[in-house]
Amino acid sequence: MSSGEVIKRAKYKTSVKDPGTPGVLKMTEQKFLFNPNDPSSVTKLDVEFAHIKGNALAKSGEAAKAASTAKVTSSTKVASEKSAVSFPDEQLSTAEMELRMNLLREDSELQKLHKQFVIGGVLTESEFWATRKKLLDVDNRGKLKQRVGFKSTMILDTKPMADGRTNKVTFNLTPEIKYQIFVLKPAVHQAFLNLVPSKMTEKDFWTKYFRAEYLHSTKNAITVAAEAAEDEELAIFLKEDNILAREARRKIRRVDPTLDMEADLGDDYTHLPDHGIFRDGTKEISETQHEQYMRTLSQDLNRQGAVVLEGRTVDVDLEDPRTVAEALVRSRQELDGDKTQERLDRLSRMTDIEDLREPLDHPFAPLCIKDPRDYFDAQQANALKTLDDARNKMEQTKRNLSIDEAYGSLRDSISKIKTMGLSDPIVKPEVALSVLNGLTQNISSSKFQLGKNSRESILDALDVHTGITETFLVFISYYYNISSHKVDDVQVSRLKDAMSQTYRQLEEIKESVQSDFRHKVSLLVRPMHQALDAAFQHYDADQQKRSSKGEPLNGFV
Amino acid sequence: MASAPSKLYADDVSLLMVLLDTNPLFWSTSSLPFSNFLSHVLSFLNSILLLNQLNQVAVIATGYNSCDYIFDSSVSTSRGLENGRMPALCSNLLQKLEEFVVRDEQLCKEGSENGLASSLLSGYVAIMNAIFSAQRSMVPIDSCYLGSNNSAFLQQASYITGGVYLKPQQPDGLFQYLSTVFATDLHSRTFLQLPKSVGVDFRASKEDSRKDGRPLESRRKDSRKNDPNIQLASSV
Repeated sequence: MSSGEVIKRAKYKTSVKDPGTPGVLKMTEQKFLFNPNDPSSVTKLDVEFAHIKGNALAKSGEAAKAASTAKVTSSTKVASEKSAVSFPDEQLSTAEMELRMNLLREDSELQKLHKQFVIGGVLTESEFWATRKKLLDVDNRGKLKQRVGFKSTMILDTKPMADGRTNKVTFNLTPEIKYQIFVLKPAVHQAFLNLVPSKMTEKDFWTKYFRAEYLHSTKNAITVAAEAAEDEELAIFLKEDNILAREARRKIRRVDPTLDMEADLGDDYTHLPDHGIFRDGTKEISETQHEQYMRTLSQDLNRQGAVVLEGRTVDVDLEDPRTVAEALVRSRQELDGDKTQERLDRLSRMTDIEDLREPLDHPFAPLCIKDPRDYFDAQQANALKTLDDARNKMEQTKRNLSIDEAYGSLRDSISKIKTMGLSDPIVKPEVALSVLNGLTQNISSSKFQLGKNSRESILDALDVHTGITETFLVFISYYYNISSHKVDDVQVSRLKDAMSQTYRQLEEIKESVQSDFRHKVSLLVRPMHQALDAAFQHYDADQQKRSSKGEPLNGFV
Repeated sequence: MASAPSKLYADDVSLLMVLLDTNPLFWSTSSLPFSNFLSHVLSFLNSILLLNQLNQVAVIATGYNSCDYIFDSSVSTSRGLENGRMPALCSNLLQKLEEFVVRDEQLCKEGSENGLASSLLSGYVAIMNAIFSAQRSMVPIDSCYLGSNNSAFLQQASYITGGVYLKPQQPDGLFQYLSTVFATDLHSRTFLQLPKSVGVDFRASKEDSRKDGRPLESRRKDSRKNDPNIQLASSV
């Protein structure tokens, strides 16, 4: 490795049994440095190998460390070359370094670039990553991960199983179902928190809950009402969910006042024959009398939909319903108030499904020119100028011939062909041949292009493109003073060398391709050459200015 | 806009409509002399008629001020040679063309006295109508364009009607282009790979005219001037 450095995650131990202080170990040829992850920790080491007398003195902690490092140096040489990671110029936190290592491991293309430019010494580590700040944004990466959402099956449809012989009905209950019930029915959730350890056992609670569910499934509103009147706790489950109702009322208040909510009631056809929703084989008919004990399918569906969209908000073990219930309370509180906006943001982020995303981020850094208007104004002025030139030319030739003369010459041509007859031969054979060749070549080449993805152009396959953009971007960023890095002559000239190398590479590509595609390749290569030329020109001009004035290069800060 | 679906044709009989641009201002600046151009086109028309006995050809000349039919193969019956120099078709057509040019010139003189008669927008609307009708009735518009720059207007017209847009690189080989690309009937086109435009300029022409600051009508004339040969091909 050119930089002669190895960086490893390590633990500092004073004895074999010591759990150790986690940190980062950095070794150069002369010495090794140990920085603990916790900056407040005092176990910081800076030992030069020259001071280490021997590694047999295992009693001293430092020496023991040295013993292991001696072993490490030989083995990590291979390992680190494989992962191609080294961060020579900066002090980085471990987390940051880990992130970079992961990025390089995940993206082979990035790794190749990194190897070529950073390990090759063209760019420094910070320059390389400066153009990829987006990748380093930890928050973005972490949150984009897909998570398992809320189940979309209707838990409210949990059907009791009756064994034909006795009057017993059985409900199935799993931790997952409990969680779903809590989320779907805030009232049950609330009741669980209020009642369970103090007033009744968990088993009694669920028994009561399912008794209520069973009563609902009988669709007998009168019985439900009667039962509710007898048992206060049962009534909690049987009545309309107060929390939900409150929320619904709040939502209705937010509806645009110009929207007539009453109008929808007129669209209720359920009382007509052949209308209404069939569920469980029976038709739902709304009865006004015991309305508070009735649930409609649309209510259930709406609630289910809302919860599914909200997503899974709790990340705890589902085994203990108590912890689940408490975690839910916490997550609900979080959602309130200011958090609502954040939740909306999260929703919009979650709609960006990773599987469906474009496979590759473009390896470009956003280019920021100080005042974009200058650029466009200049471009437009140029375009207008050429346009005007062309038009003036046209106008001039037009004016040369008056309309009478034009008609005259047209009539002359017609009478000429009338007297002379058709030209013989109509087309010269060699012209005909070249036309035919031209047409066939055009057709076959456009066919070749059609089959290809625009991305897989010939150049991309040859892999130079990314290299150019990489060096070029950094170069440009220096000149337009976007980069905050300090630049010295050595770095700039190094960049220049790398760029002239790519220049030669481009030439070689042009020569190496088959003659059929040469034109196409040169079309692709030309803008890159022009860009490089412009960069070199700028560089040379700057050098001159600098040498004449004795000022620092381009006056960067 | 998506390219029009093409109709399925079972035979190779064609009805070919040729629109000849006879704007004198264009032809006085063109590198290809008008007489040579006519020679190529007349040979092409003749070969279309020879390809299939049932083929029909109609030619419309579009001048500076007007346009008119100058040839219709279903009307003219004599197909022999006239005075041994050229087919009867050609002399008929040339005769009509000459008359047309004289009329057009006459209109020009009258028009200059009266000022511009037609409304500025009507021309643009009429052309767009023609293009969309062609798309609707699945008539491909082929364009062979001899001007110096590409015509975005004709490119779009050909693209949306499923026709071919071609700008010959060698105008002196025009007949070869016409017979290789444009003479193919619609049935055969399903088996052939005809030239495709690499890119179609979809900018609205209207916007262009506003930028130019010139009235629409004069712009239309300019663009027509550069479209020496628009063809409408359709099968019977």
